[in-house]
Amino acid sequence: MNRTLFAASFEREEDLLAAVAEARRLGCTVKDAYIPYPVHGLDEAMGIRPSRMGWACFFFGAPALAAAIFFQTWVAAIDWPINIGGKSFFFWQAFVPVSFEFTVLCAGLGTVATLLLTQGLLPLRRSAIPDMGATNNRFVLVLVRSGTPFDADEVMSAFLKCRAVETKEFPEGAS
Amino acid sequence: MAEIPWILGGKTPARVTEDICAPIERPPTALWYAAFAASASVLLAGAASMAYTLFTGIGTWGLNRSVGWAFDITNFVFWIGIGHAGTLISAILFLFRQKWRTSVNRSAEAMTLFAVMCAGIFPLLHMGRPWFAYWVLPYPNTRGSLWVSFASPLLWDVFAISTYFAISAAFWYLGLIPDLATMRDRAGAGMKRMLLGFFSLGWSGSARSWSHYEKAYLLLAGLATPLVVSVHTIVSFDFATSVIPGWHTTIFPPYFVAGAIFSGMAMVLTLMIVARKVMGLEDYITDRHIDVMCRIILTVSCMVGLAYLTEAFIAGYSGNPYERFVFVNRQLGPMAWAYWTMVSCNVLTPQLFWFKSLRGRIGLVFAASLVINVGMWFERFVIIVTSLHRDFLPSSWASYTPSVIEIATLAGSFGLFFTLFLLFCRFLPAIAMAEVKGILHPAARPGAVPVRPPAGGPPVNAVEGGVS
Repeated sequence: MNRTLFAASFEREEDLLAAVAEARRLGCTVKDAYIPYPVHGLDEAMGIRPSRMGWACFFFGAPALAAAIFFQTWVAAIDWPINIGGKSFFFWQAFVPVSFEFTVLCAGLGTVATLLLTQGLLPLRRSAIPDMGATNNRFVLVLVRSGTPFDADEVMSAFLKCRAVETKEFPEGAS
Repeated sequence: MAEIPWILGGKTPARVTEDICAPIERPPTALWYAAFAASASVLLAGAASMAYTLFTGIGTWGLNRSVGWAFDITNFVFWIGIGHAGTLISAILFLFRQKWRTSVNRSAEAMTLFAVMCAGIFPLLHMGRPWFAYWVLPYPNTRGSLWVSFASPLLWDVFAISTYFAISAAFWYLGLIPDLATMRDRAGAGMKRMLLGFFSLGWSGSARSWSHYEKAYLLLAGLATPLVVSVHTIVSFDFATSVIPGWHTTIFPPYFVAGAIFSGMAMVLTLMIVARKVMGLEDYITDRHIDVMCRIILTVSCMVGLAYLTEAFIAGYSGNPYERFVFVNRQLGPMAWAYWTMVSCNVLTPQLFWFKSLRGRIGLVFAASLVINVGMWFERFVIIVTSLHRDFLPSSWASYTPSVIEIATLAGSFGLFFTLFLLFCRFLPAIAMAEVKGILHPAARPGAVPVRPPAGGPPVNAVEGGVS
């Protein structure tokens, strides 16, 4: 489905926040906002659900911890036990550092990999920014124009009231 | 009390981009070329001595049967310690919501990476046959499989250092992505834009991506914080789990972690004082940033001083004659000069920072940071060499003098460090632009009325997707 999108650029974060609230008041569908730095309160204003990245971290970390403990136990007590003065083959205290490091390694890299893959952040990927200023100093709000009740004049006047500096319409896929 | 903002000059986000990208978009200055030539030459000298060591063996070093660890492990611990301040600034201060970190975190993280690279050289060289370095990993082999010993702190070190490097690199790169996108969108067509486009991974600054990004950043900070403590703890275990008097002490883990942050903070100061001057970033790395870093140094210096005192007291109080002998020998023996260099550099010099007027004298702070770096190198030298050079048997007593090759290798590691740092300042934004922009906003300043989005929008499902 090729929808038409409507983008408005703002120069201050509070203008963007006001515009998001206006757009939602008018019943528009907010596609996304493009911002140079995280704006506090924007997630709530847009209704973005809190990120579940913590689960990704857990799902990578927990098996890594289990694997590290299992492997060290297997090596030290089962595969090649070495009798050192009759001490226990299962010297679990010595497993703590490697288990910890391996857990952190897998949880950390797993979290980053999940972020990059779920957000489509990959090499050779082209960015789709409606306004190049979004990585510099502009706050861009993108609404879905078609398929929803959309009174262009009303939206436009609401945005101008929020001090929009630029607005444009474009088909989805062509930024 | 009205607080001064961390970023001076009333910057706007556009101005931040301009200020930070400008030094990288201009051709390098003569000063940069001179600094690069100097550090690359030192690196070359170091590389030559490393090559000589590789072809001849570590007999080219000044080691003997009593002093089997000296310059190499001193340098290793020194460089790992330098790296720790980067993680302190990027992760621990992030968790503590310290806004000033945004001006220095990027360079400090880069410093961590380069310092860990420098550190890695020394154990590799000390192996004698670094091409067998993979033997330290537990992999299935034709010798049994004969596994590595998980009871050995040296193996823990392998895991700690490699994890530390990987996580620091991921953290640093994650922070760089939005800034690389900013540079990409400024660059004209051509090779530069292509490279920036490749490495910025198509970052568009989408609010949804930012939401996940911030969460991932927080998680990494949360993981890196215990990691950094564990890394120097494990490095200290290399010594503490042995039976050598002078090493076999339980104070080592906290003492090493404090020392690491101390030396690293001094290195951050050394680099930042030069970088802000050369790159004209005084509005971003302000005198107040220098002031807070001096205060951290003073605090940690007192912790390190307390550790020196505790260690000496316990040696006497323990009643163990070997332990007692090592400490008396450290303070009054043939290497007493190294011990007192360490104390005067690490404990006495930072006491200057009690005075606000002295913390404001940048030249003096710079000199003090260099002195602390020297002192912290000597701390590791004292711990390692003075504990070894007097063996249990007086017939095995020896001394230690570094060979020219060892000195050149140490110099080479500094060459590598500064070469990499200069390249970093040349090609990448030395200050995290997106993070600095985030603290510019008036709402970020105390006393301002926080901006709240108007309440009462339509229900959540009006936003497309809505889910991660």
